[in-house]
Amino acid sequence: MVLPDILFYLFAFLTLLFGALVVANPFSRNPVTSAMFLVLTICAMAGLFVLLNAFFLAAVQILVYAGAVMVLFLFVIMLLDLKEEQRRKINLFGIVTGTGAVMGLGFLLTKTIWGGDLNQSANPRVIGDTKALGLELFTKGQFLLPFEIVSVLLLVAMVGVILLSKKELK
Amino acid sequence: MNVGLEHYLTVSAMLFCLGLLGVILRRNVLVIYMSLELMLNAANLALVAFSRFNENLTGQMMVFFIITVAAAEVAVGLALIVALYRKRQSAHVEDLTSLKL
Repeated sequence: MVLPDILFYLFAFLTLLFGALVVANPFSRNPVTSAMFLVLTICAMAGLFVLLNAFFLAAVQILVYAGAVMVLFLFVIMLLDLKEEQRRKINLFGIVTGTGAVMGLGFLLTKTIWGGDLNQSANPRVIGDTKALGLELFTKGQFLLPFEIVSVLLLVAMVGVILLSKKELK
Repeated sequence: MNVGLEHYLTVSAMLFCLGLLGVILRRNVLVIYMSLELMLNAANLALVAFSRFNENLTGQMMVFFIITVAAAEVAVGLALIVALYRKRQSAHVEDLTSLKL
């Protein structure tokens, strides 16, 4: 086994472990703990991106997700001053059917992935560094309109957030 | 066996299932929202893996746009949760059932 394969198994294990701890942490039901483990999940996933030669996206993943988005999450958690999630009556029927449905979906996805021919190249050479992505984004022409639309979307989101968080709507 | 597209897609599918499990089982709105982010990231991982193994950068461009839209979505969603909390003083989904018939 070569080094990238070992690293893949390491990062995949870390991603899934931290992801499981986001959803169900046996030691704490505090949302802050979940948020912290989500940061770790995202960092481990950035490692997987590097293994896939998507260097730019790995950096963006760390900067935007682990940086900006998670700071926003933590900010809101602190703002709301949430108590520990109290244990209410556990809906056993919901848990059993929910877990059953998710397991079924997981089984179906895994079976599809391993059952068909995925048409992958044996020796991939594509490298997603900043230069390649920039050329793809700005010179091909097919992404210029989506790029402009996304900038408008960010503006709309910003105005919407300010409107939503005002005390009273006039 | 060499690590190929199947391995990455399996990790992605498992992560998606974990996120879905969180959305179904957890009762705190913020944790549900974090589980949604987990599902979004799982989709991103699948797209990057497809992009790599099909020798096509379009998948990575898609992830680029998804990350941008997700950042906007998180900002709006968290503002909604804050507004909701201000009205109800609770972030528990079982207290937010006024749309229920």
